Amino acid sequence: MKLDSLIPAPLRKPAKPGKGNGAKGAAPADLKTAPPERPSEAQKLGERAKEAPADVLAWVDQRTAASGFLTGMLYRKVPKGTNWFYTLGSATLFAFIVQAVTGVFLAMFYVPSATEAYASISHINNEVFLGQFVHGMHKWGATVMVILIFLHMGRTFFFGAYKYPRELNWVIGVVLLILTMTMAFTGYLLPFDQRSFWASIVGININGTGPVVGPYLSDFLRAGPELGATTLARFYAIHMLLLPGAIIALIGAHLYLVVKLGTTAPPWVHAEKPKNAAPVAQLDAGAEGNGGPTR
Amino acid sequence: MADEADKRNGTEATPRERAKPNPPGYFEGESMTRRRAFTVAAQGVGGIAGAAIILPAVGFAVAPIFHRGKERWEAVGPLDDFVEDTYRQVVFTETEGIADAGKTLAYVRKGSKQLGEDPNEFIAISNRCAHLGCPVRYVEAAGNFICPCHGGVYDFVGKVLGGPPVRPLDRFQTRIRGGQVEVGPRYSVTSQLEPVRARDPGEFTGGIWEYLYPPRPSTFPPP
Repeated sequence: MKLDSLIPAPLRKPAKPGKGNGAKGAAPADLKTAPPERPSEAQKLGERAKEAPADVLAWVDQRTAASGFLTGMLYRKVPKGTNWFYTLGSATLFAFIVQAVTGVFLAMFYVPSATEAYASISHINNEVFLGQFVHGMHKWGATVMVILIFLHMGRTFFFGAYKYPRELNWVIGVVLLILTMTMAFTGYLLPFDQRSFWASIVGININGTGPVVGPYLSDFLRAGPELGATTLARFYAIHMLLLPGAIIALIGAHLYLVVKLGTTAPPWVHAEKPKNAAPVAQLDAGAEGNGGPTR
Repeated sequence: MADEADKRNGTEATPRERAKPNPPGYFEGESMTRRRAFTVAAQGVGGIAGAAIILPAVGFAVAPIFHRGKERWEAVGPLDDFVEDTYRQVVFTETEGIADAGKTLAYVRKGSKQLGEDPNEFIAISNRCAHLGCPVRYVEAAGNFICPCHGGVYDFVGKVLGGPPVRPLDRFQTRIRGGQVEVGPRYSVTSQLEPVRARDPGEFTGGIWEYLYPPRPSTFPPP
């Protein structure tokens, strides 16, 4: 409760039913008793300063009504047995945020031109302050994100968390997986060294082996019959404009469904039977006796 | 149905009332409610406006599929540089604008009578592996082309001897101009070395494969 008083009122955990509304303030004082001493100006100012953060939040809340959503999201119930495996999704999200942030800073130095890309990367690595560190975070972070997204998918699969009513979230997750792989593929070309050049050629040629549409897909990816100057610009645009937007939008939908539907208990946790549970058949009979559901 | 509600116009209508010839909410003598007419019009205008933006943008992105660049020929050496029983490496620019990355390597030799080729022609074989595009190397001692990536092996004329490649090595068109051998556009060959339009590595050529991996408009016609 002490900790609760530090949190501004709009974001405070809602009181449990039947426990009174202590958080909402005390009952009005008895008017017949002597009025308390008037506080000094300094005290008033101090009081007002203490209230300032809550006032700001209240100002925003009155105009957005966001506190209901936020308390509902932040204090939502999770099932018994929730464990560390449930953090893999958040870990993937965190990896994505790291990629987004480091990517923005890399873009400040990177030149998406076939003749200058390699030089700009080596400039980042060798001359820019902490450049190698930021580039390294982006490069290894990509691998970490791919590993985490697969672990997250494995957790969902083995815990059976893809079943009704969460199928759509599984589908969104699969699309996110594909987008992440596309992200990794398009990002691989950007340093434009021998490894990325040949890896992209092999990757595009694997695309091309798809019957009928494959050859055209390859031409689309390369912007021509050969890997050329526009290929790099194309990959760069896909990597940092097209895919991040799509991924952010789908992460939003993914998280909305997670909050809306709640998470599942691990398969080894079973629902407890209520002590005075009435048999199901009896309940049904009762409903029919009342003339069916009235709505 | 929203239409039903519109016809009734908020009043609880009996079936007989609903059937009357000119119900409220409709234009005079029209079969469509105003609400529906405006919905259709607004969506139609919105759709046209959206298409006016999206179609050119998509066309811009996919246009390179239908664009064929300028034919490019490059001299790679005098006629005497090339013999019929072994290859000579030549490096030339295949794609402009990407500096060294646009260069490619071809193995060139004179046509051989023993192999049934025209001795006045020159054969230029691409070093692009027909499996996934890695660079193959001509190994003099074996008389074979060998790919370092996945172990593709080709014989002296570029036909597949073993490994994963799906067709013989690509070739470049050649011609003689001013005593120099010039190499030009790339083309692919079938397993019988019949020229076809250039295919990407990994794509079969000849027979039904010509339809499953259709020729791309961005490539040049074969010689």
